[in-house]
Amino acid sequence: MNEITPQITPEVVAEHGLTPEEYERVLRIMGREPKMTELGIFSVMWSEHCSYKSSKFWLKKLPTEAPWVICGPGENAGVIDIGDGKACIFKMESHNHPSFIEPYQGAATGVGGILRDVFTMGARPVANMNALRFGAPEHPKTRHLVSGVVAGIGGYGNCMGIPTVGGEVNFDSSYNGNILVNAMTVGIADTDKIFYSAAAGIGNAVVYVGSKTGRDGIHGATMASAEFDDDTEDKRPTVQVGDPFTEKLLLEACLELMATDAIIAIQDMGAAGLTSSSVEMSDKGGVGIEFDLDQVPVREDAMTPYEIMLSESQERMLMVVKPGREDMARAIFEKWELDFAIIGRVTDTNRLVLKSGGEVVCDIPVPPLVAEAPEYERPWVPTPPSPVLAAADALEGIDASPTDALEKLVASPDLCSRRWVWEQYDHMVMADTVCRPGGDAAIVRVHGTDRALAITTDCTPRYCVADPVQGGRQAVAEAWRNLTASGAKPLAITDNMNFGNPERPEIMGQFAGCIEGMTEACLALDFPVVSGNVSLYNETNGTGILPTPAIGGVGLIEDANSEITSTGFAAKGDAIVLIGDTAGHLGRSILLREFSASHSDAGAPPPVDLDAERQNGDFVRDLIVNGRVSACHDISDGGLLVAVAEMALAGAIGAEITLPETDMPDLAWLFSEDQARYLITSSAPDDLLTAAKTAGIPAIVIGMTGGAQLTVGDGNSISLSDLRNAHENWLPDYMAAV
Amino acid sequence: MKAAVIVSPGSNCDRDVQVALRQSAGSDPIMHWHADADLPDVDLIVVPGGFSYGDYLRAGALAAQSPVIREVVARANKGVPVLGICNGFQILTECGLLPGVLMRNAGLKFICRDVDLRVEAADTVFTSDYVNRQIIRIPVAHNEGNYFADDETLNRLDDENRVAFRYCCPEGEVRAAANPNGAARNIAGILNEGRNVLGMMPHPERLADALLGGTDGRPMFDGLVEALATAA
Repeated sequence: MNEITPQITPEVVAEHGLTPEEYERVLRIMGREPKMTELGIFSVMWSEHCSYKSSKFWLKKLPTEAPWVICGPGENAGVIDIGDGKACIFKMESHNHPSFIEPYQGAATGVGGILRDVFTMGARPVANMNALRFGAPEHPKTRHLVSGVVAGIGGYGNCMGIPTVGGEVNFDSSYNGNILVNAMTVGIADTDKIFYSAAAGIGNAVVYVGSKTGRDGIHGATMASAEFDDDTEDKRPTVQVGDPFTEKLLLEACLELMATDAIIAIQDMGAAGLTSSSVEMSDKGGVGIEFDLDQVPVREDAMTPYEIMLSESQERMLMVVKPGREDMARAIFEKWELDFAIIGRVTDTNRLVLKSGGEVVCDIPVPPLVAEAPEYERPWVPTPPSPVLAAADALEGIDASPTDALEKLVASPDLCSRRWVWEQYDHMVMADTVCRPGGDAAIVRVHGTDRALAITTDCTPRYCVADPVQGGRQAVAEAWRNLTASGAKPLAITDNMNFGNPERPEIMGQFAGCIEGMTEACLALDFPVVSGNVSLYNETNGTGILPTPAIGGVGLIEDANSEITSTGFAAKGDAIVLIGDTAGHLGRSILLREFSASHSDAGAPPPVDLDAERQNGDFVRDLIVNGRVSACHDISDGGLLVAVAEMALAGAIGAEITLPETDMPDLAWLFSEDQARYLITSSAPDDLLTAAKTAGIPAIVIGMTGGAQLTVGDGNSISLSDLRNAHENWLPDYMAAV
Repeated sequence: MKAAVIVSPGSNCDRDVQVALRQSAGSDPIMHWHADADLPDVDLIVVPGGFSYGDYLRAGALAAQSPVIREVVARANKGVPVLGICNGFQILTECGLLPGVLMRNAGLKFICRDVDLRVEAADTVFTSDYVNRQIIRIPVAHNEGNYFADDETLNRLDDENRVAFRYCCPEGEVRAAANPNGAARNIAGILNEGRNVLGMMPHPERLADALLGGTDGRPMFDGLVEALATAA
């Protein structure tokens, strides 16, 4: 596809991912047959990846506003006010397709891309997170993909010196042919030093900085907008290659220049490279841009205009600089040994005009290129409901003792320790990591202050596939709960919507359902969406992934010295208090996944009562902030006893759990995944119970901390060391096996 | 005490060590750009961690050729204390101030976690606030921390008591199980002959603040400030 094809045939149009109707629209906008470079630009700008043509209709429904939101979706990243003149800028973005084809580089450049989205707005990145989904452990490619993706994420973030402080790793056979690599970056800026992408000032210089442009990643955005088939491996050349060292220099150079007042607009070159960055800058600014492509720093000779405009070479930025500041800006980039080239000017034509060798090779009116991009309200069908499983039926044939079941669950792929992963990430550089990976949320101090950000990523795809509305609610609610459990006030989220082929009505039904559930939860919890990304066509040969709306949540802790609590048990002899109602809902639980022959991954997921979420969470947060609990953990995957075990392992203190007098089967009480629940510990539980009663919050004492084992009911127990071995060994053993 | 932190392209623990020095000394160190050979008179030079030049060629190899490093070597030879942490240690071996090399970790993976160290030489300007055989917990974060030297060099380091820290078990025993990266004789940090140059893979600046989970790194900076304040 790299050669200039002289004639635009229907095959060429199809190769560019445009439908005949879309091409008709191109002809109408242009008033003539496009040149190859122009066709390439339409192709990438109208790709699913850049245009959100299937998802835009639904995304508009998400709540995006709150008093603390400075900038919602539409810019490079979302911006929220965290007080004291500081803003938190964050976003999550997928790099799914490239990571499957080339796991190390795919994941590495995913991290690089999201870092640029955040620092292009003026923030210094302070934390990276990632949400990873792999195929079944027994699938022959899984080990290789885990190994490559983790190394790639570490390779990029570690070199940049940005701590990778947490995330998620899941395994499910639906991801066998389409893994998910969702990377999130959180940065901090001064509220009066936030940079946007709207170009302005007719005649101002448009400057290219960073790496040179090569032939890598051409048509990456188009590749990411199609399903995989058996020839997927042939797409390796569309994957970009990252250079974190150059990005580190680019970060420092950009921040140094941003400290002056020289920049009018700045935009990173991500998907669709120079094309999308220039189109976005001119469209947002209501101006035109004219480039002399001969001035673009290139890595190889004889690159065509088509290649230059569609290259996805990494570590590049485009900016509009104030007149008279060009030399000062150049000096900064030269100090950091980066390319700096004035490649064009802002014009008043509203057109993107490209010249090469003195000839005009592209002349596109920008407003229709953007405004008339296709937008589809694709047909959709709601996901048929799954039956609610009665606990007794669900547990049929399962006769494990509570601690035997626990030992197997904590060693399951879904629940085992992720230490093998996060020890490959530098999670302490920048010396502000207050809570390291492994807890409910990572906590990163706002440098030079007593405040801190709590950060989490969450989604339970096995719930989403059974009931997208409940699954969408649950993903948002769990992020909110994880922030709450660490003492933070949840502020806002970024979403990364990973789905299958939107042209299939059942997939669009999943999308619509998840959006509906997320919207309800965002509204009920005052937890707006400020940025996001959509990745569709996560399918191979017609089989889609589980619907995966990954949520990245950010919360604020006013005083990190006093207002946070640990996940681990803090002292012996503390009472363990369960907050929230336990209904014994086992549908889609990890217990059934691991133990049930007939009900594995079956039934309806636990319903999410958003009022209960709000009340229980606000109650728990208030206790934490006022120093009334010694430890806190939310209850999620695996249920109550798994949460107890995680607290015991994190604090290296055992516990005795008393079974309640109820009709519910013990295993249902211990392993159901009912929502809106927390475990807290305290040396003065009576006060807490009184407070809960007053507030109308369900709260009961379920046991005491102490000892070196976990005991459930009458003498069913397991030692912490056995539990720890089971929990810690699965992943390293799996990765070491050949 | 006046300190300088050498900043190379790709340094990324420069700010962390700046914060630790400020906390102990009460004043900011000079952040000195690598390309500037004109290093001011200082009592302490720190070569911080990171990925100078992206670890291209070999970790530390390119930064060792920086204009300022020639000056760092000259100062070290005159007795000015030089502390190299992580990538700084790698740079100090590459420029010849310290013997041996840091190879790829034995497990072939980047490793970031707290390790236990046994203080083996508390008689230096860097370690005076520790005591011999003290066990301290400090994080490592590296891909190439596997210290290697020939037996003759290792014997000499031992004979001259120039091993500053060894990886150990929580109880203090120096065993293979406590070695995170395959380093010869569990070596985590070494001194030059003059005992004024220390290179170490662990990051004391990362655990010098109770909020971050520990303060075992702080005595290194406190000790330097005390020792060098009296010297100056």
